[in-house]
Amino acid sequence: MQYIVNPYDEWYALVRAIELKEKNGGTVTTITVGDAGCDPIIRKALAIGADDAVRIDALPTDAMQVAQLIAEHARSGGYDIILCGKETIDHNGAVVPAMVAEMLDCGFISNATQLDVDGGQATLKREAAGGEEIMEVQCPFVLSAAKGMAEQRIPNMRGIMSARTKPLTVESAESTPSTTISQFTLPPEKGACKMIDAERPEELIRLLREEAKAI
Amino acid sequence: MSVLAIISTKNGAATKAGLEAASYAAAWARAQGSEAIAIAAGPLSNAEALGATGVARILHHAEEVTDSGQWAKLATAASESVGAISVVASHDPFGRAVAPRVAVRLTAGLVAGVTELPENGTVRKNVFSGKAMADVDVSTSKSVYTITPNAFGITSDGSGATTEVFSAELGVAKEVVKGFEAASADGQVPLPEAELVVSAGRGLKGPENWGIVEELAQSLGATTACSRPVSDIGWRPHHEHVGQTGITIRPNLYIAAGISGAIQHLAGVNQSKVIVVVNTDPEAPFFKAADYGIVGDAFEVLPKLTAAIKALDS
Repeated sequence: MQYIVNPYDEWYALVRAIELKEKNGGTVTTITVGDAGCDPIIRKALAIGADDAVRIDALPTDAMQVAQLIAEHARSGGYDIILCGKETIDHNGAVVPAMVAEMLDCGFISNATQLDVDGGQATLKREAAGGEEIMEVQCPFVLSAAKGMAEQRIPNMRGIMSARTKPLTVESAESTPSTTISQFTLPPEKGACKMIDAERPEELIRLLREEAKAI
Repeated sequence: MSVLAIISTKNGAATKAGLEAASYAAAWARAQGSEAIAIAAGPLSNAEALGATGVARILHHAEEVTDSGQWAKLATAASESVGAISVVASHDPFGRAVAPRVAVRLTAGLVAGVTELPENGTVRKNVFSGKAMADVDVSTSKSVYTITPNAFGITSDGSGATTEVFSAELGVAKEVVKGFEAASADGQVPLPEAELVVSAGRGLKGPENWGIVEELAQSLGATTACSRPVSDIGWRPHHEHVGQTGITIRPNLYIAAGISGAIQHLAGVNQSKVIVVVNTDPEAPFFKAADYGIVGDAFEVLPKLTAAIKALDS
């Protein structure tokens, strides 16, 4: 099975990092925790425009373990901003970014929809109940990116060709997960959809109130 | 051997997600014969409702805390002070910023987005946007859980809690809130918290036709939402987009009109308790995920539904 780049990581975090590099200079490094099976998706990130890549050679089984491996690398990397997607679309955990921030003792902005950087200071918008909060934080910091941060980029032929020769460093690491998944199950089967005559929509309102108790 | 609930506040009161976290902590503490303790910061006008969830004590930090690192220090200090074996927070942007930091500080395994109480050290959570569930074992002596919103109801039959002043060394704030931009000025409940949602898609044919959607929502006291194509072409604002890349919601009732039910849309709404689909196409995939369906034209059906609700209320 070939995995894909997590959409929040690719469309929002990676593309915004590349946009900031194009505007302010600097470099964009991608980091991935996984085995050699991840290399094709890392090459895709390089094709979109990252400068180099790091792969921590370990099987990711637990958020804390992944965060530890990322933080260990980042401690010596001198990164100004660590951009993550707001969550993975498989396990929907959404907790690795804040763990990395805590391990590196730096600020964290979750569900960021906008990011601008001026020197060592960043201004962001983040999703909040009923609207968006405007936030300020000093580099270095960690963010998790949500829709609005950037627009998806399709790698062009030049990008794909140059990605083949961009540096991909593999680092080995030891780690122990603190949680394990014992089994997956499917949610209970949904009952058949009850169809209601379009001429009698008031019947739906009655069912919603008396049967489903939803209103 | 107690359970600590981290309570977020907004406008000087514990949030719905915070009360859910407290209810979960109280139910779990009860199941183990221990007690649940809540930690809150800043003005707390509904301490009574918080006590009614069944928590025994409320630790109250007088000043509001907005920095996630400071909040984690406060919650960790509270956890250590009461000897908590588990810490519970909401699985919303607040909980997802604070709980992972607490887990790091306590060297505790974290399970994100749990939907049920733990049993024998195993806890169930949603994965694949609700299309499957995973049972997770925690191998550390302490654990941190974030609770899926609307998965665990708010209990209100607790006997009340004592409030104690609590303070801790929080260090310097790194994240500074500079302002707030309201997404909607019409007083709707924000989508992630809404119990009732009325949503529409391309079947509505144009932004000028949204009146019938808004009227139905208004008659129910519901929040309006939309599908991705509709927000992408600018018919509706982005903050209304529910689905895989937009907002994930879990209301009691989700009414979808003129939305076919692409898998990316379902990922954002399929955890709704009751789903109603109105579509002219009887083969629309959304009917397979619905509880109630009407094959019909939204332009005729929605006004009739609005009228039926108004008739019921009068």
